[in-house]
Amino acid sequence: MDPFADTLRRLREAFGSGRTRPAEFRATQLKSLGRFLRDNKQLLQEALVQDLHKSAFEAEVSEIGISQNEIDLALRNLRAWMKDEKVPKNLATQLDSAFIRKEPFGLVLIIAPWNYPVNLTLVPLVGALAAGNCVVLKPSEFSRSTEKILAEVLPRYLDQSCFAVVLGGPQETGQLLEHKFDYIFFTGSPRVGRIVMAAAAKHLTPVTLELGGKNPCYVDDDCDPQTVANRVAWFRYFNSGQTCVAPDYVLCSPDTQERLLPALQRAITRFYGEDPQSSPSLGRIISEKHFRRLRGLLGCGRVVIGGQSDESDRYIAPTVLVDVQETEPVMQEEIFGPILPIVNVRSLDEAIDFINRREKPLALYAFSNSNQVVKRVLAQTSSGGFCGNDGFMHMTLASLPFGGVGASGMGSYHGKFSFDTFSHHRACLLRWPGLEKIYSLRYPPYSPRNLRMLLAAMEARSCSCTLL
Amino acid sequence: MSKFSEVVQRARAAFNSGKTRPLQFRIQQLEALRRMIKDHEKDIVGALTADLHKNEWNAYYEEVVYVLEEIEYMIKKLPEWAMDEPVEKTSQTQQDECYIHSEPLGVVLIIGTWSYPFTITIQPVVGAIAAGNAVVIKPSELSENMANLLATMIPQYLDRDLYPVIDGGVPETTEVLKERFDHILYTGNTAVGKIIMTAAAKHLTPVTLGLGGKNPCFVDKDCDLDIACRRIAWGKFMNSGQTCAAPDYILCDPSIQNQIVEKLKKSLKEFYGEDAKKSRDYGRIINSQHFQRVMGLMEGQKVAYGGTGDAATRYIAPTILIDVDPQSQVMQEEIFGPVMPIVCVRSLEEAIQFISQREKPLALYVFSLNDKVIKKMIAETSSGGVTANDVVVHTSVHSLPYGGVGNSGVGSYHGKKSFETFSHRRSCLVRPLLNDESLKARYPPSLAKMTRH
Repeated sequence: MDPFADTLRRLREAFGSGRTRPAEFRATQLKSLGRFLRDNKQLLQEALVQDLHKSAFEAEVSEIGISQNEIDLALRNLRAWMKDEKVPKNLATQLDSAFIRKEPFGLVLIIAPWNYPVNLTLVPLVGALAAGNCVVLKPSEFSRSTEKILAEVLPRYLDQSCFAVVLGGPQETGQLLEHKFDYIFFTGSPRVGRIVMAAAAKHLTPVTLELGGKNPCYVDDDCDPQTVANRVAWFRYFNSGQTCVAPDYVLCSPDTQERLLPALQRAITRFYGEDPQSSPSLGRIISEKHFRRLRGLLGCGRVVIGGQSDESDRYIAPTVLVDVQETEPVMQEEIFGPILPIVNVRSLDEAIDFINRREKPLALYAFSNSNQVVKRVLAQTSSGGFCGNDGFMHMTLASLPFGGVGASGMGSYHGKFSFDTFSHHRACLLRWPGLEKIYSLRYPPYSPRNLRMLLAAMEARSCSCTLL
Repeated sequence: MSKFSEVVQRARAAFNSGKTRPLQFRIQQLEALRRMIKDHEKDIVGALTADLHKNEWNAYYEEVVYVLEEIEYMIKKLPEWAMDEPVEKTSQTQQDECYIHSEPLGVVLIIGTWSYPFTITIQPVVGAIAAGNAVVIKPSELSENMANLLATMIPQYLDRDLYPVIDGGVPETTEVLKERFDHILYTGNTAVGKIIMTAAAKHLTPVTLGLGGKNPCFVDKDCDLDIACRRIAWGKFMNSGQTCAAPDYILCDPSIQNQIVEKLKKSLKEFYGEDAKKSRDYGRIINSQHFQRVMGLMEGQKVAYGGTGDAATRYIAPTILIDVDPQSQVMQEEIFGPVMPIVCVRSLEEAIQFISQREKPLALYVFSLNDKVIKKMIAETSSGGVTANDVVVHTSVHSLPYGGVGNSGVGSYHGKKSFETFSHRRSCLVRPLLNDESLKARYPPSLAKMTRH
């Protein structure tokens, strides 16, 4: 029994009918998506509290606000993005029309994660809809309350002949992936990313994989520790650390560590009070499984700040670890929780070496008063994105492509990059029957004279030699 | 570990040393590549003649010229493309530096194919070098002479650690694919494309796959048939039909089928004479296996021209088939040979439906004097690329991305698109480490900050 075959066939037929092509249709879908967010803001906020104990502030800035911005941006720019993109022509094609036509791929699958269940579901959806695709959405089963709204409320706002939500766990997702899609957009772990890409390979389906890694955070000796601590702490403990671009670990000298520790404590107290567990600003761990995983990591190195946990609440205190070994679990896997290990290095060179020995991360951070130091870290490492002297602010610009490299992912999106990701860029050249005399140089029989002429033209380099 | 592990590790170590980062180094390598081509023109032609019966003209005009132009273009544009690209800032980032920084990916694997063994292998190498990568080059073993030439020639001009040439067939390629690369570009067929992407998935390696398909060629009743047929004949029968972007089959109204046949014949005789076997300009099939395959496709078909072949020389005459049944074998696989089936359709709509029911091809061609026909055909189909009123040529425009969609491929390259394909575009935001007063609005506790809507 294939539970998905009917749905997929229906969507494919709708795509084949051409209804998602006109800009009006797409704009209507996007406007409805905006209404979904506005009409159900409170419902969504409550769901986010239930799933992740997310504060209203975090829900607004990292989930609802961001999604709304992307919708507005797409609506404002839709027609411009859809236009044929003219390209420069060579001499031989001066009289022709040469352009790139942006076409929808067809049937798109979006597999979304649980940590920002609104943002990471809707922002890719905006791109897929704007580009004119039919979409199958597979929200995460872990963020259950949000999943319910996405499955039951969202479809009412969209044209259901072109959009469907499918539910399930790994088994259902595996079944779903056996089908052919024209594009797959996946956000999640590298381990599952491999599975998704292998499934896509069977159908030659292009993919964007937004994965993860351990995002290093280098803190130079030349810095103001409190400013650094505020920024690092905020981005680390946001959403209780469950952010793919959060600073995962700090690299600094023992001296800087000494200055950072009290500053981190001050930041944590300022943000979350003396008893962080009672702060409405601090989130909770998504599931018992992840809670237990993180509680295990508390045994690594030495706890200097926090370290408390409460299983009944899936609460883990904002924690800082020191004396951490590279071989310990906390330095072997992406933490994805409110734990910040500090690893000591004796120099910038050593920090860069440390970073380059490992997989390319999704994000990389460097803090220093010296612009030179920041630029050196940038120049001598690689990562999906980079921010100097702050946390994942780079994500807030829709004009910057958001994506990984190496084990942290492939492809990117946000803003126009979303539209381009979900579009096939078709190369088009329109020419006319004229100029046949010029083109006839290309026809056989080939004479040594023609060849000499061509070679002379190549030598002179005075014109494009593809005299087609 | 295989013998390739060492080669790949050396390339990686050379990449990690940082020597490919300066633009000057990359430009020097590209200039060396250019010198190599100029110094070894005769050898390149010789290899192409031995492998595919190409002559001097074919070698230059259909192969070498593309690579030389790509090198020129790359050298000229590299400083501009490699620059940081500033982006539009938000109100919160006005004082910051916001830009996209292009970086090499690392070690790139390029697997070439045999039909244009020089261009298809080397043109992507140009882009990969320009983007600052180390490049492992694997030419197709089927075009043996070119593979041997590249293996000897390239190490004499390019950095040996960074740009090794490896050889071998299927078992060797399978071994190489176990290594980890930062990008793999493969040109070839769909079946192997899937194997490559599956292997790449293990390492989360992004891929560019230039595959194939059946490129339809719709000829409208309202068109200049003389010119259309001459252009079609040129694109179809060059390299004896062994061109990924060649028009695979013709779709036309039955009322013009005979005229098309006559005009194709006329052009073919102008190009290759009465007996193409005697023409210096007509190619040969790459090997016996493909020869047998293409000959087999003609079985049971109505031959309007040609239809003969000579196994000893792997020559197949330029062949036109008429009234072809869409269910027959010749319409089930990419022909990749000098056989042009004509399938009759009664309208533009029928042609569009015919095309849309099949896998998306690498290229689509439409001949018409009517702008509306062209626009409708493009709007209601999909393909890697399109040329209207000509064939193949969209692949020669550097500013157009070259690639497929669906079964015909993933990703694209040529010109700037090559540079982008082989680069990581890294988002960068750099702010000053000033005091936090301006940022404190974002920090918790936030309860007081939230107003209920």
